[in-house]
Amino acid sequence: MTQQEALFAYCLRRGDDNLILSHRLSEWCGHGPQLEEDIALTNRALDLIGQARNYLQYAGTVEGKQRSEDDLAYLRAERQFMNVKLVEMPNGDYAHTIARCFLYDAWHLPLQQALMNSADEQLAAIAAKAVKEITYQLKTSGDWMIRFGDGTEESHRRAQAALDELWTYTGELFETDEVDAVLVKAGIVPEMGPIKAAFDAKVDAVLNEATLKRPADGFMMTGGRQGKHTEHLGFMLAEMQYLQRAYPGATW
Amino acid sequence: MTDVKNLEELFQAKVDGELKIEPKDWMPDGYRKNLVRQISQHAHSEVVGMLPEGNWITRAPNLRRKAILLAKIQDEAGHGLYLYSAVETLGTTREKTVDDLLGGKAKYSSIFNYPTLTWADIGAVGWLVDGAAIMNQVMLCRTSYGPYARAMVRICKEESFHQRQGYEIMSVLSKGTPEQREMAQDALNRWWWPSLMMFGPSDANSPHSAQSMKWKIKRQSNDELRQTFIDRTVQQAEVIGLKVPDPKLKWNESTQHYDSGEIDWTEFNNVVAGNGPCNKERLAARNKAHDDGAWVREAAMAYAAKKAKRKAA
Repeated sequence: MTQQEALFAYCLRRGDDNLILSHRLSEWCGHGPQLEEDIALTNRALDLIGQARNYLQYAGTVEGKQRSEDDLAYLRAERQFMNVKLVEMPNGDYAHTIARCFLYDAWHLPLQQALMNSADEQLAAIAAKAVKEITYQLKTSGDWMIRFGDGTEESHRRAQAALDELWTYTGELFETDEVDAVLVKAGIVPEMGPIKAAFDAKVDAVLNEATLKRPADGFMMTGGRQGKHTEHLGFMLAEMQYLQRAYPGATW
Repeated sequence: MTDVKNLEELFQAKVDGELKIEPKDWMPDGYRKNLVRQISQHAHSEVVGMLPEGNWITRAPNLRRKAILLAKIQDEAGHGLYLYSAVETLGTTREKTVDDLLGGKAKYSSIFNYPTLTWADIGAVGWLVDGAAIMNQVMLCRTSYGPYARAMVRICKEESFHQRQGYEIMSVLSKGTPEQREMAQDALNRWWWPSLMMFGPSDANSPHSAQSMKWKIKRQSNDELRQTFIDRTVQQAEVIGLKVPDPKLKWNESTQHYDSGEIDWTEFNNVVAGNGPCNKERLAARNKAHDDGAWVREAAMAYAAKKAKRKAA
């Protein structure tokens, strides 16, 4: 695998994670539990779509085949999406939505902080902008985990159920393969070890304050990074890509 | 009695002198009620208005459009918040105002009871619906009640961006493939008349108009605003090669305005009465969001109370 191929794959992974999670969050727009939360979730969706666009544009440049951000988002099929399964799971109740955001943010922040030192200037610049956004997002998702865990009996039960269900999808966040190996060697992406340690520390601290129990690391789902997804992704793409597929080549 | 009469005279003198009425000022009960009704309807319209546009977020045709649409709908939620706050300055809590909406007691703009059937509807809603709303809102920047007028200044800035993006969507579609052009024309055909109805009944049949004008809550009549909207929008349609669906539409040299056909007020009254294409869905969606969110709000309150107690201990 060449460095260019690895960098292209890496940008797709980052772009797809953000794109798909943004899409799920955008489904809440107009349906949030409180107007303030509706605004906050939409903010999150907007931050993530912005980050996705940065990565997909850069992926197109790296690939050098004139593919735009929209070609990559709207004209790839299920098996060509490289996001983790965690982000494609349906929203569930608000506790599921928040727990997923929290787990994602707790991984995403240290990863992006490390990417600020990337030998690749573009990745470093994307990370510098993203870190400001994710710092805030992690604070809010962590605060909600604490409110839910230490709120009412019902909110505690819902938050714990969400964590228990989603935990099996967190393993994928830390998987590494040849793509990472090539780029780590070139100083373009960080080693995953310290990212996992930062994730563990943050999750433990927040769950402790939230009086929630950290699920045991048992069986972990895998496959997303190889384009082997859950059945949910196909439906999401069918909806998302509908206009581009129905009217090929049209400008919007 | 003399006291109240004096207060009323002072109040009217203030309004006539173009001074703003502020929350702690004395105001007639009717003025307060009228404002609570109007501002809360306006707030509900912003919030319910998120639904027909939200219908296309997950199907927006490209990433740029999706981001713009998300940001636009988020603005509407923000407008709802300011306006609920403006109602609170008149002594009515947000909970009470929202409950009136959820219970079907309060009204919101009937336009949001129409469905967004194609992507072009997102263009039409921005161009026509936000365009019609702006006519009203620009006038309201000069309304006599201070908090409402100030909220409107900010809202107008954002709404004019919304209208431009809607028009831009229509403009791109009208320059696109034959199918896209047809989609744009069809959206204009469906949204034109409901948009004209947004200005409300003709002045002769508008129950609150005369008093609202005297109190300077309203500063221009429904018909005047509607005419300004028609004059502007017809020209905008021409620029992008779309045809306004009114066979009677004709420029009148002597009035320097467009003459136009009769609005079907039976349809308007029907939709207001609850029989529009989406009345039930809209209210059901708001109620579902509220009910599903109950435990979230309770958890936030319970945690805040625990935290305060711990701090005090």
